[in-house]
Formats: sequence, C-alpha cells, structure tokens
Amino acid sequence: MAKMSLGTMILKMSEGLGTTCGIFFLTLLFSLPLGLVVTLLRRSRLGVVRGITKVYISIMRGTPLMLQLMVVYYGPFYLSKWISKTFDVTFRLRWSGDVLVPIIIGFVLNYAAYFAEIYRSGIESIPAGQYEAAQVLGYSRPQTFLRIVLPQVVKRVLPSVTNEVITLVKDTSLAFTLGCMEMFTLGKSIANSQSKFTPFVIAGVFYYVFNALVAFVMARLERRLNYYR
Amino acid sequence: MRILEINHCRKRFGENQVLNDISLSVEEGQVVSIIGPSGSGKSTLLRCATLLETMDGGELKYLDRAAVREENGRAVYAPPAELKKIRQCFGLVFQNFNLFPHYSVLRNITEAPILVQKRKKEEVYAQAKELLKKMGLSGREDAYPYQLSGGQQQRVSIARALAMQPKMLFFDEPTSALDPELTGEILKVIRDLAAEKMTMVIVTHEMSFARDVSDQVVFMDGGVIVEQGAPEIISNPTQERTIRFLKNFAR
Ligand SMILES: Nc1ncnc2c1ncn2[C@@H]1O[C@H](COP(=O)(O)OP(=O)(O)OP(=O)(O)O)[C@@H](O)[C@H]1O
Ligand SMILES: [Mg+2]
Repeated sequence: MAKMSLGTMILKMSEGLGTTCGIFFLTLLFSLPLGLVVTLLRRSRLGVVRGITKVYISIMRGTPLMLQLMVVYYGPFYLSKWISKTFDVTFRLRWSGDVLVPIIIGFVLNYAAYFAEIYRSGIESIPAGQYEAAQVLGYSRPQTFLRIVLPQVVKRVLPSVTNEVITLVKDTSLAFTLGCMEMFTLGKSIANSQSKFTPFVIAGVFYYVFNALVAFVMARLERRLNYYR
Repeated sequence: MRILEINHCRKRFGENQVLNDISLSVEEGQVVSIIGPSGSGKSTLLRCATLLETMDGGELKYLDRAAVREENGRAVYAPPAELKKIRQCFGLVFQNFNLFPHYSVLRNITEAPILVQKRKKEEVYAQAKELLKKMGLSGREDAYPYQLSGGQQQRVSIARALAMQPKMLFFDEPTSALDPELTGEILKVIRDLAAEKMTMVIVTHEMSFARDVSDQVVFMDGGVIVEQGAPEIISNPTQERTIRFLKNFAR
C-alpha cells in the first residue's frame, strides 16, 4: 500500500469521526431519557417490575459492553437457529442494513442502566421534606416529581452524568467489535497497513479534544444551574 | 364554627404506640398550643392531622368533612378526591421550612395557588406581594431560599402556607431550627396572625409565648393528652407530669 502522509491519515480518520459522533449523540439522545424510565420502573410499586429492572441493571453493569454488543448483533441469529431446531421450523433473524443500528441499541441499553442508577441516587438524595411540603400544598404525585423533585435531581446528578458521558466518548471505540467503520477502527486499519503508530496518537488527540469539549459544555451546564443551592 | 376535630386518634410505629386515644377540637379563630417532652408524639399528631401520616384508628374532620372515620376499630380514609379538597382547609409550617430551593421566593409562594387552586395569576401575585409585605420581606421576591436567613426562610414558608388561603395553620416547632435572636421575629409573625384571628395549632417549646398567644394549651406525654385547658395551666399545672415537665423546662 502507498505510503500515507500525516495529513492523509488525519483526513482518512476524520471520515470515521462522523460515525463516532453519531454513536455518541444517538446513545445520549436515547439513553438519558430511557434511564429515567428505568429508574421509575426500578422504584415501581410492583415487586415483579422492580425485580426485573434490578436484574437488567445488574447484567448491564456486570458484563462488558463489548460482549453486550455481540449479544445484540449475533443474538437474534443464534436464537432463531435454536428456535428453528427445537420447534422444527425454519427461519433466521439477522441484522440487515446499517450495523450502526445494533450498535446504538447495545450502547443505549448499557448506558440507560448506568444513568438509571445515577438518577436513582439523585432521587433518593432529595429530602422527604420536599415531598411533604408539596403534598400539603396539594401537588399531585406527577406534579411533585416533575416540578419539585426532577429539577433538583438534575442539578445533583450532573457531575456523575458528566463522568459517564466522558466514558461514553472513549467507549465509542468498542464499535469496532461489530466491524463498524468509526474513527478508531479506521485508525487501527491504517496503523496495520502502514506499520505505523501515528494513527493511535491521532486517535488519542481526537478523543482528548472531544472530551475537552464535553467537559466544557458540562461545566457550562453546571454553572447555569448554580443560581440556587 | 368547628374547624378541626380529632377523635380517639391512635397511631403506632411497630411496637411503639405513639398516639393513644387523642381527641382534640379547634374552633374558628382559636389558637391551640401543644407542649410536651421530646418523643411524646406531638409531631406525629400534627402529621396525622395534615395527612402526612396515616392513623390506625379514630376520626379526623375538617369543617364537618370527614377525612378519616372509624369502622370496626380501624381508620378508613376518604377517597383521594375528597382528601384533595380537605387538604385545602389547612396549611403546615415545618420546623426546617422545606422551601423549594430551586424556586425564587415569589414562585415558592405562588406556584401552588396557580397550579393547584387554578387561581388567576395576577390575583395570586398581588396576594403574594401583600403577604411578603406583611412578613417584612418586600423586595425579596426574586431571592432564592439559600440567600435568606433562617428567620426569613421561615417567614417565606408561612407566606407560602397563607397564600393557599387555608382555614387553619399548623406549626411544628417553627422556631426550633432558628438562632435565638431570629426566634422572636417568627413569634411576632404568629402573634400578629393570632391577633387577626387566624386559627392555629402550634407545637412549641416556647412556654411564655404559648401562654400569651393560646386559647387552649394541650400537654402531651407518652402519646396521651395529660392535661388540657386554658393557657393558665402553664403557670398552674395540676397534673404531676405537667408539673415535672414545666419545672425541668424552667431550669
Ligand atoms: N416514621 C417513624 N417511624 C418509627 N417511629 C417513629 C416515626 N416517627 C416518629 N416515631 C417515634 O414516635 C415517637 C414520637 O415521635 P414524635 O416525633 O411525634 O415526637 P415529638 O413529640 O414531636 O418529639 P420532639 O419534641 O422531639 O419533636 C418517638 O418515639 C419516635 O421515635
Ligand atoms: Mg416533633
């Protein structure tokens, strides 16, 4: 393969940055709200719902994301194979189309579990007096949650969410597991074909800058919520 | 007119019988003080009366509307819609204020009347301004709770309760979280309310205040009402337990 200049390498790897950003933003877009739903289920009055949610969270936190991505991607195929064999029917499920879809699903399922636990600790840190004051004033339960509890939770969990978001930036590189052409995967293949270490340095710089941006944005958000204590 | 009536209220936490056959009624314009040693069940009684705690047995009525009635020795609560209406009868002022920290003073006071009572914004804002003036807090509408002293926060929480235009107010040790020099300003606000014939039930450790402001004083110990009557019982208690409690208090 022809020798690549530094500029060409950077340019080639930037092509994967779109995918990296896609994974990042889509994961946040879906997992931040889904995490809230999971927390609410985790706090449900029904024991069964609570139990199932607890198991889900513990699996998501107790196994590697890489493995979870593989389960989402290959799981349907092996499951359909097993069903076909057991029930003597023939059908196969397989992901077709963009590999980004199972990747996003895997990331969202994983991150929603982490966010759910962060939200839960936030919700539990709100003093009982806040609920009681709202109740005596006649707020309904949903009103109390949405107007009194949730805004205070957002402020309290923001630092922990920031940590998770920074981890997500770095985790996007795990998409290579399913052969997704995101930035790091491209870097690795260039490193291989060129027998050079430079692409890894470039990848490092990309992640570092990305996270600096994340930290900047989150710090601004935190400052915005500093109008009260 | 009778605003509040509690009959034979019972409440226990596990093995701990915290309230045992408590009966109390409050007429319009009356101020009732509840005194008694720590752990005697004063807060629990207030929490049962304000529907924050469920009682095990007994009756609870506001203006002849039954919030709780007794059936076969057990407390039966009115349906949620009825309880919602009944909640409009009273306000509660907490020991530690429980203001909403993310809301400005004005929003703390106005949100519930607008959101829950569906009253007109202009009317509620005008009333809030009036209340703040009365509480000596004019001009602090846009402050956040953390920017206020404890005494100011407690005055905001009193304004918040009054903005709902309740028939009566409960206070649970409204000055206990305050420095002694801030206690006076809250007591003055409550005295002013008493002078306006606001119906109030006040749990307090301020004996001379209770004697001055109350129409009725209730002494609780061990989950029962030991002595109850005119405020003079603070100066001249008849029951041995009351005497002991007040003696300890004087020291
Ligand atoms: N949620 C609860 N669970 C279990 N026990 C409780 C609970 N709330 C109160 N108690 C118990 O009930 C008893 C009465 O408590 P309560 O707070 O009503 O007393 P109090 O008269 O208000 O005391 P203080 O003057 O210290 O405020 C105490 O023994 C207390 O430990
Ligand atoms: Mg108490």
